[in-house]
Amino acid sequence: MSIVPEPLTQFPWRVLGILLAIAGFGTLVLYSAAGGSITPWAINQGVRFIIFACMALVLSRIPLEIFARFAFPAYGSVLVALLLVELIGGVAGGSQRWINLGFMQLQPSEFMKPIIVLAVARFYALLPVGEIRRWNAIWPALVLIGVPFMLVLVQPDLGTATMIAAGGVTVMFLAGLPLRLFVGSGLAFACIVPIAFSFLHDYQKNRVLIFLDPESDPLGAGYHISQSKIAIGSGGIFGKGFLQGTQSHLDYLPEGHTDFVFATMAEEWGLLGGLLLIGAFMLLFRWGIGVSLRAQDKYARLVAAGLTTTVFFYVAINLMMVMGLAPVVGIPLPFMSYGGSSMLTVMLCVGIIMAIERSGRRGSRPGNWG
Amino acid sequence: MKLSFLKKKTVTEASLSFTFTRRAMVVGGLQAGIGAMLVTRMAWISVAENEKYNLLSESNRVNLTLIPPRRGWIIDRNGRPLANNRTDFRVDLIPERMTDPEGTIRNLTHLLSLTDDEVDRIKDELDKSAGFRPVQVAEKLTYDQFAAVSVRLPDLPGVAPSQGFSRNYPAGATVGHLLGYVGAASAKEFEERKDPLLITPGFKVGKDGLERSFDKELTGKPGAKRVEVTARGKIVRELTTRPDTPGNPIKLTIDAGLQEYAGRRLATQSGSVVVIDCHNGDVLAMASMPSFDPNSFSDGISHLEWDMLSKDDHVPLRNKTLQGLYPPGSTVKPMVALALLEAGISPMDTVNCPGAIRVGNTLFHCHKKRGHGSLNMRGAIAQSCDIYFYQMAQRIGMDRIASMARRVGMGQKFPLPFPSQSYGTVPDPAWKLKKYKQKWQVYDTVNATIGQGYMLINPLQMAVMAARLATGRQLMPNFIFGAQRPAPTPVGVDEEHLVTIRDAMSAVVNGGGTGAAARINLPGVMMAGKTGTAQVRRITMTERGGGVRSNASLPFKLRDHALFQGFAPFDNPRYAIACIIEHGGHVNRVEDAPMIAADTMTFLFDQAKAMEKLETLEKDWGGPPADRMARQMAAYRLAKAIEKGEAPPPQAANAANAANGAEPGNAATGATPPPPAPPAAADDDDTPPPPGPGAGTAQ
Repeated sequence: MSIVPEPLTQFPWRVLGILLAIAGFGTLVLYSAAGGSITPWAINQGVRFIIFACMALVLSRIPLEIFARFAFPAYGSVLVALLLVELIGGVAGGSQRWINLGFMQLQPSEFMKPIIVLAVARFYALLPVGEIRRWNAIWPALVLIGVPFMLVLVQPDLGTATMIAAGGVTVMFLAGLPLRLFVGSGLAFACIVPIAFSFLHDYQKNRVLIFLDPESDPLGAGYHISQSKIAIGSGGIFGKGFLQGTQSHLDYLPEGHTDFVFATMAEEWGLLGGLLLIGAFMLLFRWGIGVSLRAQDKYARLVAAGLTTTVFFYVAINLMMVMGLAPVVGIPLPFMSYGGSSMLTVMLCVGIIMAIERSGRRGSRPGNWG
Repeated sequence: MKLSFLKKKTVTEASLSFTFTRRAMVVGGLQAGIGAMLVTRMAWISVAENEKYNLLSESNRVNLTLIPPRRGWIIDRNGRPLANNRTDFRVDLIPERMTDPEGTIRNLTHLLSLTDDEVDRIKDELDKSAGFRPVQVAEKLTYDQFAAVSVRLPDLPGVAPSQGFSRNYPAGATVGHLLGYVGAASAKEFEERKDPLLITPGFKVGKDGLERSFDKELTGKPGAKRVEVTARGKIVRELTTRPDTPGNPIKLTIDAGLQEYAGRRLATQSGSVVVIDCHNGDVLAMASMPSFDPNSFSDGISHLEWDMLSKDDHVPLRNKTLQGLYPPGSTVKPMVALALLEAGISPMDTVNCPGAIRVGNTLFHCHKKRGHGSLNMRGAIAQSCDIYFYQMAQRIGMDRIASMARRVGMGQKFPLPFPSQSYGTVPDPAWKLKKYKQKWQVYDTVNATIGQGYMLINPLQMAVMAARLATGRQLMPNFIFGAQRPAPTPVGVDEEHLVTIRDAMSAVVNGGGTGAAARINLPGVMMAGKTGTAQVRRITMTERGGGVRSNASLPFKLRDHALFQGFAPFDNPRYAIACIIEHGGHVNRVEDAPMIAADTMTFLFDQAKAMEKLETLEKDWGGPPADRMARQMAAYRLAKAIEKGEAPPPQAANAANAANGAEPGNAATGATPPPPAPPAAADDDDTPPPPGPGAGTAQ
C-alpha cells in the first residue's frame, strides 16, 4: 500500500489531465475564433466542460453491472426517440434530427453512438462461448446495429449513421467473430458503394464528389475544404501566432468554431499545435485500449475498447475531413468544436471507461471469463 | 442453427480471451496508424505545401485596388493647359455602415441640394446594393460642399467623402473637336486589352480626337492600394499604398488663346477655322463650331443633351475641320491661276466677261450677271470672275490644273494624329474614268476651275493650300510642338509667279475685290486671301430667268457655303488661314468667312484689339458659346417636357420663344426653324455615330 490515501490514487488523474489539456486548448482556440473574446463561445465551452467532467466523474463511481443491466433498456428508449424524431420530422419536413424538449434540444442519434457499443457488447457478453462461431452470434448484432443505422441514415445524417455502424462493428470484431466475415463484408461493401451512392441525396452526392476534387468548385460546395486546407497550409510549422489567423478572423474559413475548429487552431499554432493535439488524443486512446486490455470482465473489455474506438472515430473522421481526406460529413472534433451534444457524448464514453478502470482496479469480482 | 463453415475451430473461453487481446491490439495499432497518417498529411499541407497555401491565404486576405493614374496634361505651344485634371470631390454611401438611411439621405439632400431624381436613384441603388459596395451620392462637388459633408461625418455614419481627379478642358466647347473627350472604357476595349485598370472606377480613356490618338502617352501608371478584406468584402484596414504615376504631357502647336478666339469668333454659325504657321506648317488653331463641351462628354453625357446635339442642323457632333468636305468654290482660283502661269499664260492676257458663256450645250454663268467686261489675271482673281477661268482653263486642260491642285495640298492625305479624317478630291480625266467609267468633258474642267463639280476640300486642306500658295513650299500640317520633320519640298513654281498670285490675292482684300470684309486694320499688316461660295443646290434655268433666289430666303440647308482662305502679311506671309461657314450664304457680313478670318488673323498680331471687337460682337450673339449652349439646353429640356406633357401649355409658348432666342442660326438669319431643332439630322447621313456605347444612355 502506498502512503497516498486510496481515494486519491484511484482518482483518474492522468486521463483528467489529458482531457483538461485538450479542452483548455480548445477553449483558447474558441477565444481566438471569436476575435479575442471569451464570449460567445469560449466561456460556454469552458463551463460545459466542467459540468460534463463532473458528470463523467459521477459516472465513474457507478458499478459496471448497472451499465450492463441497463444497456438494452437504454438502447430501446433511444431507438424510440429516434422513431419519434422521424415521425415529427415527417411532419416538419426536411432534415430532422432534434426533439425539442422545451428547455433544450435533444439529438437522440448522438446518444446512439455510445449506447450501440453498450448494447452490442452486452449481447456478446450474454452469448455462450460456444455460440460465437454460429449464425446466432451474428444476426442479432446486425439487427441491433442495422435498425438505428437506417433510422439515422434516413434523417439524413450520413456521418452519425457511419459512426453508429462503425462502433457496433468494432465490438463485433473484438468479440471474436471469424476474421473471414469482416474481410468478406469489406469486399462486398466495396462493391455496394457505387450502388449505394446512387441512392444518396443530391447534397450528399455533391459532398462526396467535391471531396474527391474540391478545387472543381472552390467558391461553391468545395469552399469548406479549400478554405480549411488554406488555413492549415498557411499556418506552416509554428503557425501565424495566437489571434493572428486571417482565414478565421476574416471569415474565409466557414464553421471555424465548430466542425473546422482544427483548421482555426492549425492556422495559429501550426504543425506544432496539430502534433500536440493529435498526440494528446492518442494518449487518450492508448489509455482507453489499455483499460480494455486490463479489464477481466468480457463485457467491460468490449465496452472499453468499443467506446474508445467511438471517440477515435470522432477525431479521425473530423481531422480527415478538415485535411481534405474525407468528405464534409459534419462530425465535430471532441472538446475542441463548440457545441454541447458531442461533448456530452464523448464525456459519457470517457465516464464509462473510467468506471471500467475503477472496477478493474478493485479487481474483487471474477469476470465471466474467469 | 449451425453454420458449417464457421465450425472449423473449437472455441474456448481462453482462446476467445486471447483473440480479444490480439484484436484489441490490432484496433489500437490501426488507431495509431491513422494518427500517424493524419500527422503526415498535416505536415505535408503545412510544410511541403506551405508556400502555395500562404499565397492563397494572402490572396484571400489582401485586396489590391488600383488607383487610376492622373492623365497627362495637353498643353499649348506656350505651356497653357488645354486639358488638365481637376480635383474632383465626391461623396459615396457605404450601405452596411449606415444606421439611419432615411435621416442620412435627408441630411445629404439638404447639404448637397440633391434633386428628387437623384434622391430616388440613390434610394434605388441602396436597395440593390450588396452592403459594402459604395453607392455614389454625388460627384463634381465644390470644395465647400465637400467640406460641409466632411465636418458632419460623425453624425453621418456610412457617408464616405473622397477625392479624385477628373478631366478638365478650360476652353470648353472650343477645343471639343480638336482634343476629343475621355470616357469610361467600353466592354469591347476591355475584351481587347484585358487590363484591369480599364474597369477601375474613375478611370477614363481617350474616346476621340487627340485624347484618343495619344491615349498611350497620356495614360500614366496606376497606383495601388492594398487593403485587408473579409470574406464578405468588407475592408478591415489599409496595408500599403503606392501612388500613381501621372501620364506624360503632350505639347501641341496649338495656341490656346487663338483656338478659343477662333471658336468664339465663329459666332452662331456652323463653321470652322484653321490657322497654320507659314514657317513650318504648325497648326495654331483648328476650331470647329458649334461643338460639344468635352467636359460634359467626359462625365457621361445625358441622353437629352445627346439627343439635342445629334438633331442640331449645325452638326455640333461633327469635326468639320477634318470630316467636313465642301466644294472649295472660288477659293481654288489662285491655285488655278498659278497653274495658268506655269502653263505659260501671261498674267496680262485678258478675257472679256459678258456674264455667261456657252460650253457645249450648257450656258455657264458668272456670279455677276451683267459681266465684268475685260479682265486680266489680277482683276479676275480680285473680282472672282468665273468667265476668265472658264476660258483660260479650257486652254491648258484639266491635267495641269489637277497637278497644281495636288501640289498645293488639295486631295492630299496628311499623317495626322486624329482617328478619323475625310480627304477632299481632285478630279481629273483618269480619276473620272476610273470612278464613273465616263470620259472627261469640257464642262467638267469648267466646273472644276471654279471649285464646283467633283472637287472637294476640307478646311484643313484649304488652310494648307493657303500656306503653300503663300510660301511656295509644300508645308505639312503638324500638331506636335517641336516635331522633327524634313524640310518641306518646294511646290515647284517660279517665285515670280507666286508674287503675282500674292499680289492678286491682296487685291481681293485690299484692292476693291470680293474680300473687302477681310481687311485687317493694322499698320503694316495686309491680308491676302480669296473668297469662295459653294453652291449646294442646282439653280434651274427657270429660276435663273426670274432671278436667282437670295440665300436669305432659302432654308438653312439649301444656302451656299461661304469660304475664305488667305494669309498675312501678304508680302511676307507669316500665318495662313482658312475659314468655312456651312450654309452661311454670305447673308451676314459680320458672321461671314472673310471677317471671321480677318479678326482671327488680327488676334495673332494684336490680341487686345481682336478681343475688344469680339466682346462687343458677342453681346449680340447671346454671350460666349458656353452661355449659349446652356440656354439652348434649357430650352430643349423644356420643349421636351412640354412634348411629354410634363409642363403646362401656357408655358409652352414662352418655351418656344425662349428656344427661338437661343437657337443659334435664328437670331442671325431670321429664318424660322421650329424649336426644337428640326429633325434634319434624321436624313442627314453625315451625322457621326454616337461617341461611345455608353454615351447615349449615360445619366
